[in-house]
Amino acid sequence: MTAAGGATAAQDLARARAVRRRRIRSVPLYVIVLVVGALMVTPLLYALISGFKSTDQLSTNTFGLPSPWVWENYGDILGSSGFWRSFGSSVVIALGTTVLTVGAAALAAFALARFAFRGREVLFTLFAVGLMFPFAAAIVPLFVMLRTMGLLDNPWGVILPQAAFGLPVTIVILRGFFRAIPGDLEEAATLDGCGPLGFFWRILLPMARPVLGTVSVLAVVGSWNNFLLPLLVFSDQTWWTIPLGIQQYQGERSADTARIFAYLVLAMAPALAFYAVAERQLIGGITLGATKG
Amino acid sequence: MKGTSTVADGTPPAPPSPAPVSSRGRAGGRPASRRIREWFTAVAFTVPALVLFGLLVLAPIMYAAYVSFFDWGGFGSPEDFTGTGNYSRLLDDPVFLGDLWRGLLLVLFSVALQLPFALAMAVLLTQKLRGRAIYRMLFFAPYVLSEVITGVLFGMIFAPDVGLADKSFGAVGLDGLGGLWLADQDSVLATLFLVMTWKYFGFHMMLYLAGLQNIPAELHEAARIDGAGSWQRFRHITLPLLGPTVRISVFLSVIGAIQLFDLVWVTTAGGPDHASETMAVTLFQYGFKRFEVGYASALSIALFLISLVFALAYQRFVMRRDTEGALTNMRANR
Repeated sequence: MTAAGGATAAQDLARARAVRRRRIRSVPLYVIVLVVGALMVTPLLYALISGFKSTDQLSTNTFGLPSPWVWENYGDILGSSGFWRSFGSSVVIALGTTVLTVGAAALAAFALARFAFRGREVLFTLFAVGLMFPFAAAIVPLFVMLRTMGLLDNPWGVILPQAAFGLPVTIVILRGFFRAIPGDLEEAATLDGCGPLGFFWRILLPMARPVLGTVSVLAVVGSWNNFLLPLLVFSDQTWWTIPLGIQQYQGERSADTARIFAYLVLAMAPALAFYAVAERQLIGGITLGATKG
Repeated sequence: MKGTSTVADGTPPAPPSPAPVSSRGRAGGRPASRRIREWFTAVAFTVPALVLFGLLVLAPIMYAAYVSFFDWGGFGSPEDFTGTGNYSRLLDDPVFLGDLWRGLLLVLFSVALQLPFALAMAVLLTQKLRGRAIYRMLFFAPYVLSEVITGVLFGMIFAPDVGLADKSFGAVGLDGLGGLWLADQDSVLATLFLVMTWKYFGFHMMLYLAGLQNIPAELHEAARIDGAGSWQRFRHITLPLLGPTVRISVFLSVIGAIQLFDLVWVTTAGGPDHASETMAVTLFQYGFKRFEVGYASALSIALFLISLVFALAYQRFVMRRDTEGALTNMRANR
């Protein structure tokens, strides 16, 4: 009894010592993480706080809190139609791109995963090689073609090419998922009188909901952040997306730095909010996309 | 690209049976008319994707290849045939050769500094640290911001004298460390690289974290019992087993550097005096500022071929052994 008690006491002591040793050893780790964290967060915080200053305060009081707090920077932008219009354009274009990319890719991935037909591997290879086509390399001829088709200053001029360039990664990810669904399920569905389209629509797609979420998030983020294509397609500001709005705002008000900070923060907010909501899909998506590439 | 079809496995653990699993796939002696009908059904599903992809991805690249043999301003139809003139001009163009050199520098910076840093952070954030979930989220957050936001933000932070960077050095009496940052030919590339690291290291860190999760804990346990220190365990267990992930991350880093545009365009537009110009910026300048569309198309084809040749060679020679590796098949974490 005493021997057992002594043993546990000794063990406790050893354990406590080990814990303490681990704690001391983890101090430098904490320091490193804290420093890196500070470097990461400083630009964002600096922008947020600077948005509440006047441009004069920015140079006289760079590091302190605003005094007085200037609310007009954020207020004026939120009250302007320009900001909301580019927000709306970004939403419409992101949604259009996502629906089109995921819709077309799901149909193609279905055929490429679950039919044996002549030319299947050639087709899949074609799409897979598309993963490596740099968007920038296509932009000059794409612009000429869009102009010929009359798609300049038209949201389709951005949606269609974005969807086309989003297809490869979406098809590769979805096809992998569709292939893994057991064939028995399809046979059972066929016996119950389901055609290929019925199986796709009523069984496969509902089962694929998580992976559809993942590829949709990838498509939304890609479209939301795209700059080069909208820059060329939209010369008229009706359809300007948020990245174009920022660049324009910076050009117009280059002297009013505080206001540009406020605009930047408001432009970041939707992306960061979306990230907070869809973190899992986004991170799942980039790891999946990377491994399939 | 032969490897691709074997790499692509499902999100859920894939059953060993290879596709096709379809009941339609294995009919042996079905009548020809039915087979043709099935072929049409299958192809019909791929039509929307094929039309989009063919019209807006393949056609532009083929069109660029065609136009690259002409001297063309972009209006009317190209008529002034110059043969390979645009390409020989390319090889003599100091800006284009500079683009290649700067691209190579960015790649070397990334592989030598940014990726090891990302790996170190990934390993660090697998330790038992308080708040590590928050750090993971924070480090990855800049990845979701557009390059335009990032560029404009850091353009103001690195503004000479008045930006946060110079003000901070000034405040601690280190004015000498401040500088012109993006406005100086000698420092612009390094400054851009800092910004790229801020924005992208979290992405690579997430890849590594996913890879680290797939390394069985028993291996570390066994090595520890055999007396291996933490560096030895990292060197002989973590690093080799993370190999496939590292190779993918290097690949994505190179592809990203080759295509870099937005960040450069909004911060420096390639300046001062081409010191930060990338291929995509040069191509944009010729295509949309100087209206030398023929020459810009030759640049497009060069960019395209460089990406493609690099990608195919990399897959063939560097990533080949990964296609069968069990650890390549890392799944979405959680």
